[in-house]
Amino acid sequence: MNLKKLPLLNLKRNPGRTLALVLLTAVLSFSIFGGTVVVSSLRRGLGSLTERLGADIIVVPSQAQSKVSFQDIFLQGTVGAFYMSRENLTRTLEVEGVEKAAAQVFLASLKADCCSIRIQVIGIDPETDFVIRPWLEKSGSRGLKDMDVVVGTKVGAEVGETLRIYEERCHVAGKLAPTGTGLDSAVYCNMSTMKKLLSAAEAKGISHKVSSDDEDVVSAIYVKVKEGYDIGKVNSAIQGHTRKASAIRTRSMITDVSSSLLAISRVILGLIGAIWGMGFLLLFLAFAMIARERQQEFALLRVLGSTKKALKGLIRKEAFLCCLSGGFVGIGLACLLVFPFQTLIEMSLSLPYLIPEPSGLFLIALGALGASVASGFASSAFAAWRLSQADPGRLLRQG
Amino acid sequence: MALLELKNISKIYGDLKALDNVSIRVEKGEWVAIMGPSGSGKSTMMNIIGCMDKPTMGEVLLSGVDISKETARSLTDIRRDKIGLIFQQFHMVTYLTAVENVMVSQYYHSMPDEEEALEALGRVGLRDRARHLPSQLSGGEQQRVCVARALINHPELILADEPTGNLDETNENIVLGLFRQLHNEGTTLIVVTHDPEVAEAAQRTIVLEHGRVAREVINENFGK
Ligand SMILES: Nc1ncnc2c1ncn2[C@@H]1O[C@H](COP(=O)(O)OP(=O)(O)OP(=O)(O)O)[C@@H](O)[C@H]1O
Ligand SMILES: [Mg+2]
Repeated sequence: MNLKKLPLLNLKRNPGRTLALVLLTAVLSFSIFGGTVVVSSLRRGLGSLTERLGADIIVVPSQAQSKVSFQDIFLQGTVGAFYMSRENLTRTLEVEGVEKAAAQVFLASLKADCCSIRIQVIGIDPETDFVIRPWLEKSGSRGLKDMDVVVGTKVGAEVGETLRIYEERCHVAGKLAPTGTGLDSAVYCNMSTMKKLLSAAEAKGISHKVSSDDEDVVSAIYVKVKEGYDIGKVNSAIQGHTRKASAIRTRSMITDVSSSLLAISRVILGLIGAIWGMGFLLLFLAFAMIARERQQEFALLRVLGSTKKALKGLIRKEAFLCCLSGGFVGIGLACLLVFPFQTLIEMSLSLPYLIPEPSGLFLIALGALGASVASGFASSAFAAWRLSQADPGRLLRQG
Repeated sequence: MALLELKNISKIYGDLKALDNVSIRVEKGEWVAIMGPSGSGKSTMMNIIGCMDKPTMGEVLLSGVDISKETARSLTDIRRDKIGLIFQQFHMVTYLTAVENVMVSQYYHSMPDEEEALEALGRVGLRDRARHLPSQLSGGEQQRVCVARALINHPELILADEPTGNLDETNENIVLGLFRQLHNEGTTLIVVTHDPEVAEAAQRTIVLEHGRVAREVINENFGK
């Protein structure tokens, strides 16, 4: 035996007490790790959303539900479609202060053969698109050829496979990196592919026509405003110049999201704080109780020649061992909840949600461990001090 | 030079004089018993000699050094290096086995040496119980472990406060036999006891009453 093992032996031979301390710290690190991962996933989701929106103004049909469903498609990956005349694209481009405008066409697929879920198909115009293209290029997908599709990360089809949409066979040419937004469950194709899909859908009785003679439709127009122009003014100008359309500033969408994100983050941070405070108090009480119980033992160690400092070190080391392992246990438990139930969390928050990179997760875990150990030291400081004051004389006085 | 000399020491708690102007000399190698009624200051005196407490007044010379002026830290060092302590209640570290309890003492003194610790347990007849936890040992066995722990570092002075107070006759005799061996090896022993038989095993008995030395009795039968 070596005295360095004394704390370890104490923990090993008092398994009940050790388990209680480990579980208490596990609660602390669970709350801080789990909570921080959720909050930073929301933050990353918002960042990604801002980047994906990539436009100053979005023009959608003025039907009552289209603004809401656009947000749902974008944020939650619900499937939907709405249409307006393509004329609106030309009209938008005519407005002063518009630098670029790109149209997208939406189509809601029926249950495709490949997957059990309905998917959102989005047609883009590779020539004019400035929203999706940079992102397609980043994921290494080459230009969208006819009957090629690029799929979001959550779509259950791999590169090289064939996806059947309204009986049309589409070749999966690429898969995008996760964005944390609803776009992760969408499929992208070029406009001529989209035209084919639209008429195939028409054959199944799903119409996209705005009026009997107007077949050339779009679902959303992404607008980039020229530098130096006031976005609000351009927005109103577009609103006035287009027909049966409403122009939305993307900022307002992002503000909506970020304010609910802020509210949820506050709740989570509040919860972390409350759990932390309670856990810390319990740890403190546990250590104080242990200090009472172990006066005798520490007095004896003093009699045998231990210095006060060495006694403090003993308690610190015990606290360190307990809290470090508790920290690991808590992080492990949080991982078991946060990762497998990611989709559930995402759905119930209905906000963009993008889990941090492994390196980011590692840092959060490190922080949670550090915080557990620190609170172990802090909560045991009083106990350490009290025990180091254990009076060797009391052993004799007791008889 | 005496190993231990108390010069006019007093220990005062509030208006209670637990020790009142006590002077005692103990020569190296001596075996002294301390007797006296409950509350007469025996444990208070042992605490002071054992460097666990300081007198309110007076000098305590250990090998000529006045320990009543030392800092708490150097008192710890002196206790560790020179003194072995045995209590009435068998204080052991509850989560350590018998041999580990002995080794803790070695560790604070110098270096743990399991072989030597086992030998010490052998000396008190407990080598085969070395791996038992205190809860698995009888009271007498625990006290014998405490004796092994007190003698492991070859202290110059062994202080025992009622070492046999909680022991049956058999264990009492084992412990007294060990004291006799230690005495023969030259260790100085100071033993507080209520038991006249234990006192008679020593060379000399000092009787305390109301914190004062009431009388001293030389044991004429010592060694016979
Ligand atoms: N820390 C203390 N504070 C106040 N009074 C104390 C303290 N320690 C001891 N005393 C008092 O000093 C007196 C002597 O106590 P001590 O423990 O030395 O007696 P003792 O001779 O060992 O008695 P016993 O045979 O019962 O063990 C007692 O009256 C006791 O109450
Ligand atoms: Mg006493």
